[in-house]
Amino acid sequence: MSTAEQRAHLEVSGLTKRFGGLVAVKGMSLAVGAGKILGLIGPNGSGKSTVMKLIMGIERPDAGSVRINGVEVAGWPSHRIARMGAGIVFQHSRPLHRQTVLENITLALLPDKLMQLFADPQTDVRARAIAARVGLSGVLDRRPATLPFADLRKIEIAKAIARDPQVLLIDEPFAGLTAKETAAFSELICELRDDGRAVLLVDHNVKSVARMVDRVIAMYVGERIAEGSADEVMRDETVRRVYLGGSLETAARPESSFRDAATPFLAVDNVSVHYGKAQALDNVSIHIHAGEFVSVVGLNGAGKTTLFNTISGLLPYSGEIRREGASLRGHSAAAIARGGIVQCSEGRDLFVYMSVRENLDLGGQHLPTAERAEQIAWLFDLFPVLNARQKQAAGTLSGGEQQMLTIARALMMKPKLLMLDEPTLGLAPVILEQISKALERLRQTTAITVLLAEQNVTFALPHADRVYVIEHARIVWEGEPAKFAAEMGTGYL
Amino acid sequence: MRAFATARILLVGLSVIVLASFLPLWATGYILGLLTLAYYFGVFAMAWDLLFGFAGEVNFGPTFLIGVGAYTAGILDNLYQPPIALCIAAGALAAVTAGVVLALPALRLHGPYFGLTTLVAVLILQNFVVVDAHLTGGEIGLTVPDVISISDATNYLIALWFMAVSGAILFWLSRSPVGLILQASGQDAVQAGALGFNVTKHKLAAFIISAFFSGLAGALLVFYLGSASVGTLVDITVSVQIIIAAVIGGRRTILGGVLGAVFLIAMSEALRPLGDLSNFVVFAMALVVVLLFPSGFFGLLTRTREQA
Repeated sequence: MSTAEQRAHLEVSGLTKRFGGLVAVKGMSLAVGAGKILGLIGPNGSGKSTVMKLIMGIERPDAGSVRINGVEVAGWPSHRIARMGAGIVFQHSRPLHRQTVLENITLALLPDKLMQLFADPQTDVRARAIAARVGLSGVLDRRPATLPFADLRKIEIAKAIARDPQVLLIDEPFAGLTAKETAAFSELICELRDDGRAVLLVDHNVKSVARMVDRVIAMYVGERIAEGSADEVMRDETVRRVYLGGSLETAARPESSFRDAATPFLAVDNVSVHYGKAQALDNVSIHIHAGEFVSVVGLNGAGKTTLFNTISGLLPYSGEIRREGASLRGHSAAAIARGGIVQCSEGRDLFVYMSVRENLDLGGQHLPTAERAEQIAWLFDLFPVLNARQKQAAGTLSGGEQQMLTIARALMMKPKLLMLDEPTLGLAPVILEQISKALERLRQTTAITVLLAEQNVTFALPHADRVYVIEHARIVWEGEPAKFAAEMGTGYL
Repeated sequence: MRAFATARILLVGLSVIVLASFLPLWATGYILGLLTLAYYFGVFAMAWDLLFGFAGEVNFGPTFLIGVGAYTAGILDNLYQPPIALCIAAGALAAVTAGVVLALPALRLHGPYFGLTTLVAVLILQNFVVVDAHLTGGEIGLTVPDVISISDATNYLIALWFMAVSGAILFWLSRSPVGLILQASGQDAVQAGALGFNVTKHKLAAFIISAFFSGLAGALLVFYLGSASVGTLVDITVSVQIIIAAVIGGRRTILGGVLGAVFLIAMSEALRPLGDLSNFVVFAMALVVVLLFPSGFFGLLTRTREQA
């Protein structure tokens, strides 16, 4: 700001961060010049978000240097780094809920002083100008809770640019946005770059940021594995191996091979669920045989989670749900879970301050000590990474590891039917592969029954003996995974 | 719109205060006495709400700050008999100092740990008062030689206008730009830091302001009651009552604390015939209010007015 000629830039070298025994970031280096966009990509748990937090001072680096405009800021508290000219757009929107959109933007414009008892009229003018720039003029007096998701993201970006940062860090800019919103957001980010700012975009995939970035750095388990133009990184052998992994063979078992054809393990008959006026499930009928792996495929909002919650006894419904021929109506959610129908929710619901081991012990609370130890040993064999992380707090695991822990904790309850709600949500392919392999082993070596809800078809199909497709609260297709591609068209693939 | 709402609330508040100023013309000394107590409690509750509702820090020991202010003023008067105003100023200053000494280390902790630190501070003060009996009067209490006035009406008006001025200042602070920063620091310290705000500085400032008003009110209360005792000013039960007053009055509203304090004192008076049961009933009612109307009396009032 002081001299217009000064080039805003960010230089990071040798940046290292350890969480307990886990090295989250190992000797990372990167540089972004004024008017450039650098993409930092990597699968979940690769440490890219940690790099961003280290730059911003939200986490303290254990070693390494962070220079903003040539000034060494590593280890500074984040408010001082912010004043040096760095700004961050968080992935999750964090507005003040009791304040209006305008007040949220105004907040970001206030100087860090204790003696501002009157609002500066100039602040209001500037806040309105920023709102206009990001496209929030129409909703200035609304509260954040009443706004659609895309507008909440706009508030975040408005707050970040209110400080006029020369270095702008953006975490997963397009997560949860529609194609149209993504295009508008990209344009806004490019405008910010054209202002002469240095922009660091953090994302899962190269593809989503390829059109905007000047350079890309790919990370994997805390280290840089590739750097170059988007094309070069996409062609890189290491990157391809990390992202695409190996392929799985599918081996669907025919429905006739299950012995309980007459009374399947679980039968859902003509079940309907309403949320107020909205119909969330419309005459849904599905069945699952003992030992079968069934996938329910559908887009966001189709009714997958509602179906699972209904089976778990969490929602009132019309119709009938029978387990081994006996109605589940009138059974409490706790009774249904104790009976062996266990749901792994999308939100994971781990005890984040407890260690991995404690989470597992809690899941196996009802088992005799010897049996619990045996079950844990088996699970550590199924998910070796959990063995290595036994003493770590669940909240500090990466997304993929948390998902594995969620599944493992559910398995500690020795379920007869395991319901997995979108286990792949937000996970990178390499993690999917590990979860995939674990599921495949369950299928081949145990008698467990699995009901899987997914929008990721490439994950849902290989594990399924049978597939249901749910659309707008209705089951629209049922069949073998091999027929899915031909009969359901390309809408999902 | 927001400025209009603020102005309207201040206008309504001022009208109520002016009306309340005429109460001594017909109310009995007994009622005036109760209300005087309620007004000081109202200040305690408002000062507490600035910390909890805005800075997001649960101070389980508001009586630590109040007690330090009250006992400093009282002991000073006992020992040297300086002008009362000087004693009161010294009390407020001591509360601020004690607040800083407590808050500097405590603010390094997060969530419940901050609360626990403040709770322990009350126990330490309580023990100090009991052990150092030659200075503090111990468990019997400290009697001060001076009072501000022996007239019920004068005491009542001092408390009323002290509460009105404190309330106006705290309310104004809460709605000013610093109030906005404070609220951001309380709700999401990471984000506030990333926006360039020194979260610790703002929270410390809130603690100092809260300590100042708590200590000042505590010192004034001593010179109204003519005495200070652990049971009325320091005990954990008193802390809990202040917290209940602020919460049932309305969290994050500042002014709600006054409604809560008047309600609590009026209720325990109205239920006095029940004897020991009265506290039980008051706390049960407070529980019902918290469960059914989490936004408190003030939230209820402003909501209905917005709908009308």
